[in-house]
Parts: sequence; C-alpha cells; structure tokens
Amino acid sequence: MPGITREEVAHLARLARLELKAEELEHFAGQLDDILGAVARVSEVAGQDVPPTSHPLPMTNVMRADEVRPSLTPEQALSGAPAQEQQRFKVPQILGED
Amino acid sequence: MTVTDLVPYDDALAAYDPVMGLEVHVELGTKTKMFCGCSTELGADANSQTCPTCLGLPGSLPVVNAVGVESAVKIGLALHCEIAEWCRFARKNYFYPDMPKNFQTSQYDEPIAFDGYLDVQLEDGEVFRVEIERAHMEEDTGKSTHVGGATGRIHGASHSLLDYNRAGIPLIEIVTKPIEGAGERAPEVAKAYVAELRELIKALGVSEARMEMGQMRCDVNLSLRPKGRQEFGTRSETKNVNSLRSVERAARFEIQRHAAVLSSGGTIVQETRHFHEEDGSTTAGRIKDNAEDYRYFPEPDLVPVAPPREWVEELRSTLPELPRVRRNRLREEWGVSEHDMQSILNAGAIGPIVATIEAGADAAAARKWWMGELARNANETGRPLEGLPITPAQVARVAELVKGGDLNDKLARQVIEGVLAGEGDPDTVVEKRGLKVVSDEGALTTAVEEAIAGNPAIADKIRGGKVAAAGALVGAVMKATRGQADAARVKELILAQLGVEG
Repeated sequence: MPGITREEVAHLARLARLELKAEELEHFAGQLDDILGAVARVSEVAGQDVPPTSHPLPMTNVMRADEVRPSLTPEQALSGAPAQEQQRFKVPQILGED
Repeated sequence: MTVTDLVPYDDALAAYDPVMGLEVHVELGTKTKMFCGCSTELGADANSQTCPTCLGLPGSLPVVNAVGVESAVKIGLALHCEIAEWCRFARKNYFYPDMPKNFQTSQYDEPIAFDGYLDVQLEDGEVFRVEIERAHMEEDTGKSTHVGGATGRIHGASHSLLDYNRAGIPLIEIVTKPIEGAGERAPEVAKAYVAELRELIKALGVSEARMEMGQMRCDVNLSLRPKGRQEFGTRSETKNVNSLRSVERAARFEIQRHAAVLSSGGTIVQETRHFHEEDGSTTAGRIKDNAEDYRYFPEPDLVPVAPPREWVEELRSTLPELPRVRRNRLREEWGVSEHDMQSILNAGAIGPIVATIEAGADAAAARKWWMGELARNANETGRPLEGLPITPAQVARVAELVKGGDLNDKLARQVIEGVLAGEGDPDTVVEKRGLKVVSDEGALTTAVEEAIAGNPAIADKIRGGKVAAAGALVGAVMKATRGQADAARVKELILAQLGVEG
C-alpha cells in the first residue's frame, strides 16, 4: 500500500497554494491514501499488455487550421480581474527587495 | 552590486574544461497562438489578443495549431532528429502571474523530435558538431511590467501589470546535449551554434528568429571540470541571453567566474543567473533547490500527436538546402574567402546578393554594391540591409548600367543614393538627375584638349613616357564633365592625343 504522509500532503498543499489547517492535513492524508490505494489496485490488474491511458478517446492528431478567430475585447478579458491598471491585469508584488 | 572575482580566461582554460548546454526558445511565426485562434500580430493593444483558452478560463478547451506541429517537425528534421511516432503534451504546473492558467502546456518525456545534431562552422572554417537532445512544443508566457521599483526591475516593485497577448504564442524549445571538447573555443561554439540555428530557422521559414525582438532567446548552461576528469561539475544557468554577442560573452564570463570560485576552493551553486548587457557580467538569480516541483502530467484536454510517416517524409522532401551547405556552395560560386563570406553573413547580405544575381547582375557587382554603398547606408541609418528602400532588381539594374558603360561607379553611387531617397527606380533617377556618362566623343575630345592645354607640364611628362601622370589629366577632365565621363575612355583619348601607347 502506498501510504502518503502528512508531510507530503503539506508539501503538495504548498505547491498548490492551499492553506490547510492541521486537522485538514490529517483528514486529506487519509482520503488521499484511499485514492492512491484504489489506483494501486488498478495497476495490479493492468498487465504489460495494457498501455496507460491519458485520454478516454482513442484519437490522435486533432488540429485546427492556423486561422485567426476573434479575440475578446480588452474590457471583456479584464472583466474578471480583481484589479487592473493601464488595460493590464494588476497583480501584487512578486518579489521583495533583494 | 558585489564585484565578482574572475580569473584570466587563459588561466581558467589551462586548468579546467568547460561543458555547455544550450537551450534555445524560438517563437514560431504562425498567424495564431498554439492552442487557440487568437492573433499573434506584434504591437497590438494590451490584452486585445486573448480568449478564454489562453486566459485559462474555466470550461475552455485548447486545440493545437496544425502549422505549429508542422513547424516543429520541420525544425526536428532539419536538425537531423528522429520524429516521434506518438507523443503527448504535458502540463508544467507552477504559479507565476505570467501564465494565467497556472500551468504551461509543454511536452515532458515525449518530445516531438529527439536525437539530432547541427554542424556549425567557426570563423576559421573549422566545423564543430553540436548534438541535439530534443526539440519540443510549448507556449510563450505573458509580458510583465514591474511598477514602483528602480528602472522597472522586479526587485522592489510595488506591483506588476500583465499583458497576455503573448501568452500562448507557439514556442519550440531546442535543447543540446552537453557540449564537450570545445575547450577554449566554447564561447565561440556557443555563438556559432545560435547563429547557425537562427539561419536554419529562417531558411525553414518557420520564424523570422529576430533575437532583438525576443523571437529567439537562449539560456546558457555552463560548468567546468578539472582537466582530465570525466564527470561534470555543477552548472549555472544564465537565462535570456538575447544576442549572438551576448551568448559568447556570457559563456566567457561564466568560465572565468567558475574558475575563480573553484580554484579558491569554493563550490559552484546550482542557480539561475541574469546576464547584463552593459558589462557582460552575470549575477545570481533564484537558487535551484529541488523545491522546483512542476508535477508534470499528460495534458488531458489535448489528444496525442502522432505524425504519420508519409507526412514526415513529405516534409523532409521539402526541406531547403541547409544554410551552411548553401553558404559553402555560394562561397565557391562567388569565389570569395571564408572570411569575406563570414562578413557577408554577418551583414545579412546573403539573401540580397543572391536575389540581385538572380535579377541578372554578376556576383562581383552584386557583392560590391550590397557590401559597400548599401551596407554603409544600412549602418548609418540603423536598418537591416533587407529593410532598405531598394530592391535587388534595382541594384541589378544599376550594375547593368555600369557594365554597359552608361554609368561609372561614381554616378552609380548617386543613382543608388537617389533610389534610397525615394526618387524612383534607377532609370528615373538617371533621367531626373541627368546622370549619364558623357559618351559624346566630340564633347569629350574638347574637354581632353582643354585639360592638356591647361596642364602643359604634366602633358610633357606623359609625352616623356610617364604614363602614370595621366591620372591628373583624367581628374581634370572628370571635373570638367562633373564626373559624367567614362574614366577609362578619357585616359585612352589623352594618351592618343599625346601620341603615347597606353
């Protein structure tokens, strides 16, 4: 059985920018463990002859012609932005002083 | 800023062997983005070329651009790569405001092209083979403007502004295998590789690859190992080195910096570094600990790309002659030295010269005008040669007029000047400015007689056998005809008048 630790859940939460309380870490570690266990069982059943699936449809080479289609207007594009300035998305400070 | 210790380049190379890895990003010249139909036209209003897909809005679905895939295959083939029979896109997850989706759609362990090489030629003609690890498809990020800090830097900025017009523009990332054995020529090899790759991309017609426009960007990975050691040292990764000259300088600087650290007993930190154009130095950026965890996984919204073999072979058959091969062929046809060919390449004159020859000029004349008068004008006005307002056909016409004796070089320069100034095509300029060589023998003879009469001492010298002195009389005639005489014919007339054999 895989077994996911509390520390691993905390790491994943940080990567996903999720703030989790101590009891939530515990809670999700248990749930994720169940999910990983289920996936591991599927892996046991699938032999060498079963290729891994990343897409439910057996299709390849779905492409579009290189033709311009209308874009949103800047107003539409920015309509969901929490903040904007000079017709651009305004985001908080990325890095502090050196 | 702290001063970085450097050791002299030769000392660094005496003790250490450099190993490089070059990652080049090329923005494709497609009309639309990689996964949506938004225009890629430059210079548009901020955020006027976005849609739910490239903004990463819920429910939107990407579809790959057919020309993007075709361009990737062409690049792969031109780099002698194998083309994957089946490959997928992957999500590279990270949080940074330049990517509104919070992941970049890229390729991970299944690049579309892999295991190739590019032969590059150094200035002295030596050929160096650079092995290619992979070329994969991905998308560009948005453009950030940092506000409130010193000179637009991200450090100390109070906030940043994002324009997502560039987010989603197709990129091909081309990664070399470790480049070993270049020794002291490593910086030169790096520069030659990027230059050759740029020529190749342009020849394929998949991008204009203009580095100054950010259409082609290079990251330089470099490490040193003590001479004789097999295993690689720790590398630094200098990001966004965006001119050929900078690629060479960045590699050189890092060799000297690494050597200083290592020879004083220190260790190189694996980190990204920023290159500074002003003085050619690099400074530390982000440290690469293993916290970088992109959690790549196959992109569920795009189906695999499986280029059919017939299509790949069809594309292979349409590949143009490789730029290096073409240059060597032209060099032989034109009868110029390696060094001259390098100058022609550096001036961006190969295309114009070829087109001028195709328009009827001989190679020497085409080369002479593009590398002389026109290169000078391009330089002075800060334009590329191909951006000058004169066509190869017009240059060929000037060459034809010179060859036919209608113009001499001096007049031809004036004709070119007129064309560049927008006065019309060469024949119009000749007509308007009255720039015909004086071929009226009567008028010329009169001018020659006057010149002889006005310079009796010189005339005597010539009569006495000093044929070289005729130059002064030719000059006088040219002056009298305001440069519109055929100098060779004038000399003949002078010598004939004075009864001397030429």
